[in-house]
Amino acid sequence: MRFTRMAAIAGAFALALSAAACGGDGDDSGSGSAQGIVGKASSDKKLVFGVKNDQPGLGLQTGTAYTGFDIEIAKIIAKGLGVPESGIEYKTTVSANREPFIQQGQVDVVVATYTINDERKKVVNFGGPYYIAGQDLLVPTASTITGPETLAGKKVCSVTGSTPAKRIQTDYKDAKLQQFDSYSKCVQALADGTVDAVTTDDIILAGYAAQDQYAGKFKVVGKKFSDEPYGIGVKKDDTEGCNKINEILKTAATDGSYKAAWDATLGKSGTAAPELDVTKLTNCS
Amino acid sequence: MSTTDSVLYDHPGPRAKARNAVLTVVFGIGLVLLLWWIYRQFDENGIWDGPLWEPFTESETWTAYVLPGLWSTVKAAAVAMVLSLVFGVVFAVGRLSDHRWLSIPSGIVVEFFRAVPLLLMIFFIFFGIPFLTEQPMPPFWAVVIGLTLYNGSVLAEAFRAGIKAVPRGQSEAAYAIGMRKNQVMREILVPQAARAMLPVIVSQLVVLVKDTALGYIIGYTELIQNGVNTLGANFGNVVPAAIVAAIIYIVLNASLTFFAGFLERRTRRTGRAPRIKASPGTPVPAGAGAVVEPQG
Amino acid sequence: MDVFTDPDNIETYTTGFLWILKLTVAAAIGSGVLGVLLAGMRVSPVPVLRAFGTGWVNVFRNTPLTLIIFFCYFGLYSALGLELADDIDLNNFWLGVVGLSVYTAAFVCEAIRSGINTVPVGQAEAARAIGMSFLQTLRLIVLPQAGRAVIAPLGSILIALCKNSTIVGTIGLMESSTAMKDLINANGDAVIPIFLVFAGTFAVVLIPTGYFFGWLSNRLAVKR
Repeated sequence: MRFTRMAAIAGAFALALSAAACGGDGDDSGSGSAQGIVGKASSDKKLVFGVKNDQPGLGLQTGTAYTGFDIEIAKIIAKGLGVPESGIEYKTTVSANREPFIQQGQVDVVVATYTINDERKKVVNFGGPYYIAGQDLLVPTASTITGPETLAGKKVCSVTGSTPAKRIQTDYKDAKLQQFDSYSKCVQALADGTVDAVTTDDIILAGYAAQDQYAGKFKVVGKKFSDEPYGIGVKKDDTEGCNKINEILKTAATDGSYKAAWDATLGKSGTAAPELDVTKLTNCS
Repeated sequence: MSTTDSVLYDHPGPRAKARNAVLTVVFGIGLVLLLWWIYRQFDENGIWDGPLWEPFTESETWTAYVLPGLWSTVKAAAVAMVLSLVFGVVFAVGRLSDHRWLSIPSGIVVEFFRAVPLLLMIFFIFFGIPFLTEQPMPPFWAVVIGLTLYNGSVLAEAFRAGIKAVPRGQSEAAYAIGMRKNQVMREILVPQAARAMLPVIVSQLVVLVKDTALGYIIGYTELIQNGVNTLGANFGNVVPAAIVAAIIYIVLNASLTFFAGFLERRTRRTGRAPRIKASPGTPVPAGAGAVVEPQG
Repeated sequence: MDVFTDPDNIETYTTGFLWILKLTVAAAIGSGVLGVLLAGMRVSPVPVLRAFGTGWVNVFRNTPLTLIIFFCYFGLYSALGLELADDIDLNNFWLGVVGLSVYTAAFVCEAIRSGINTVPVGQAEAARAIGMSFLQTLRLIVLPQAGRAVIAPLGSILIALCKNSTIVGTIGLMESSTAMKDLINANGDAVIPIFLVFAGTFAVVLIPTGYFFGWLSNRLAVKR
């Protein structure tokens, strides 16, 4: 017990530090008679979704509304659980507080560029993955950078202490790493020409590339050099909810709603919708 | 302008006037040219581009990003202000106590929190304290507690210096009429010290307001997080957004500073506050306003 | 915990504090010079200089340092094209020094100005009576006396400057706060020892520094 708690805290740090990728959690609470999301959805017709608010194309707070691929996925889940769109409440989460939010019940479901990994699985139950992201590079349209191997001597920007930044430091030592506390600053620096590339999960980069004010200026290199399966987090003991989410995703893969979600958000940059591989869905244990 | 300022030079005669005029023109032109150059460079980099500033003409930008951020900033600052004043008084009195078991630990606490960068403190409170208490720590409280420990410690030193500077006759008179030690402290010394140190206190509170910005390290959604990062993610205008945030801070803090100056003038005029002389060795210098520590 | 037996971690730690040391020293010099100049401007006979000094103090003292450092990168470097070094870390370092200096100079200026106010009016009057100009009065009579009165506040400002250099981490310099986050990130089970070592280093250096300045100002105080 003591060990898991430590590991969990370790994870919480990892999280906090990396705005993009992230980590683990607080502690193994969440038992008791917690009502699963399926029960809550059918009795209250309401659900609270934890989402990002600063990642264009994925989860972005625009005015008081939220937009993006994660938001569309959240809507699909809500619909599948019988919750009307008016019953959805979005709550901003940052990488650092996703696990505590789920455990304390401040949110019911987290759809927030949430990579599934073993550390987090100890404290959160994951449905999905609904998308397999991977670390990639965002460069100006005319750039000669074609992948991480061509970064030698180039300035690469990422978020301070994040997993992508670490990977550059350890695997691509010839690149010069510039770190900021948010991706919007990195993208600004890329627009100003003070850095040569921005690196993080491809899907996040695609979101920036698709923004109106950057239209035509940037491109995503398209050479993933890691795998980040995005999952949908629910309480650790809510196996029923997790299974239901996977069922909903299976339906969404075939009835076109997954593709529609993509086309309405990230697909705007011209990228065709990916295939939702239902064989890879978690077993919710 | 204080009295000494104008005493440093003679009333300008014709030659001095001419020289001043030349200096004014030369410096003025230089300054204008510099500002113009900066403006041009910013222009070339598209910082003044309409689309980047357009969001600020829409009310939604303010109601959805800037004002909620400002509210978080003000809320954290207000709570931390109250708590750090309490902390300051308690530890100042503690450090002045005759009991060693009280004064030594108080001294250690105050010295420690004054020496540790607030950035490290807030980070540790958010991630380290839950490890000890096994309770989650909301970002809001992590920021407030961090601000309280640091600014409270600085205020404790200010109060201590203030209490020490209250003329001895005051406490002697109080003892003479039979007041107890803690009565003297509570009813005689602390009120006078607080009034004398008012400008210092308010200046430190300005520092506190700015320090809320350090909440970014744990994702507290204050003015910069909300009004620069989130807003910037929407419109790709982090630089204009940062300019707006800076202006808000400057207006907010300048009015607080102005208020501090007003209080200083008022207390000086009515003469109710004890005169605190800069006795060497106390951490409070003559120009009390300068004692604040300019933490970020 | 064996966090601090791993040579890599020791290196992270020393690199972090070396940056802090360099930032503090460079910015102390920068802000000292700038602060004296500004204070001179604020008490000078030329209105435009006074206005400039006042404006400087009001703008920089009231803006969070995080924003000032941000503008150093995105304003000075990105927009104005001021590249201070080829190396990415050195460039960020110098940008950080500029930011810390302009910010701290506002506080130095105010400390010196209030120091000037502690010099009895008679001193300046006597200097003028023997025909000294403004600059002579300031340089030979007022500042040397004011200097002693401002040692204690300048000490506090120096200490604050040292702590503030952690904020340069926001533009990517691996200073001690970033180093601490990094170590904690990698050693989640040793949060408390890591924090204590980093906070302790600051405390061990800065608390005696504070006492030193107190002692110095006592020694040099002008007895009146």
